[in-house]
Amino acid sequence: MRLKLNCKQTSRLLSEAQDRRLSLFERVTLRVHLGVCVACMQFSRQLEFLRAAMRAYPGPDTSQTEEKNTR
Amino acid sequence: MLQLRNESAAEDAVQETLVAAIQGAAGFAGQSSLRTWLVGILKHKIIDQIRRASRERPLSEVLTGDDGDAGDFDALFAADGHWAEPPADWGNPDQALQQERFFEALERCLQGLPKKTGQAFTMREILGLETTEICKELRISPSNCWVMLYRARMSLRLCLEQTGFSPAANTER
Repeated sequence: MRLKLNCKQTSRLLSEAQDRRLSLFERVTLRVHLGVCVACMQFSRQLEFLRAAMRAYPGPDTSQTEEKNTR
Repeated sequence: MLQLRNESAAEDAVQETLVAAIQGAAGFAGQSSLRTWLVGILKHKIIDQIRRASRERPLSEVLTGDDGDAGDFDALFAADGHWAEPPADWGNPDQALQQERFFEALERCLQGLPKKTGQAFTMREILGLETTEICKELRISPSNCWVMLYRARMSLRLCLEQTGFSPAANTER
């Protein structure tokens, strides 16, 4: 593994960070890249967004059943 | 039910849950709420069904299957590995998550994922399973599993942006 990541590699690592514990080296290289790359920071926020969305996802059936969820 | 892809499979899972609940009623000692207990059984039934479905998978899908590499997202990156088009600002999740429209878009996008990829993603994000468990259920290697989850996330973010979900528009006002 190289010391400097490009955005493609960074996107992979950011995704894997949601599924496994990254090594110290991976975390350091990731942080270095995120420190200088706005686009990857944005991608990182999108991943967190997706995770939050899936947590809040009510499931496929709710829209058809009732509207009692509207507050 | 999303994980199971078809209605009869979902009905079967619910039915099996109820049967298991009745059979195991003695095991329910009231330490947890009834709902938690039933959802716990349902989760196991869903995993059973996914396992069965992956065994019954026709050969054609194994060949064309969705457990390949991550190379099909190359187009999103320039030759030097930089984003061809930088990811958009989606703003604060709390706002979007109040909109029913958002979940409709999310659902459509989830259904558009390749079957196994969708299963892996929902097992991870809805059922909250660890990748080791997902690997075992879908009988794939850990690195395959990580690639699959990566593909799911990349597809979903593209799909959400394409289906007109633009949270940045909401934050602007």
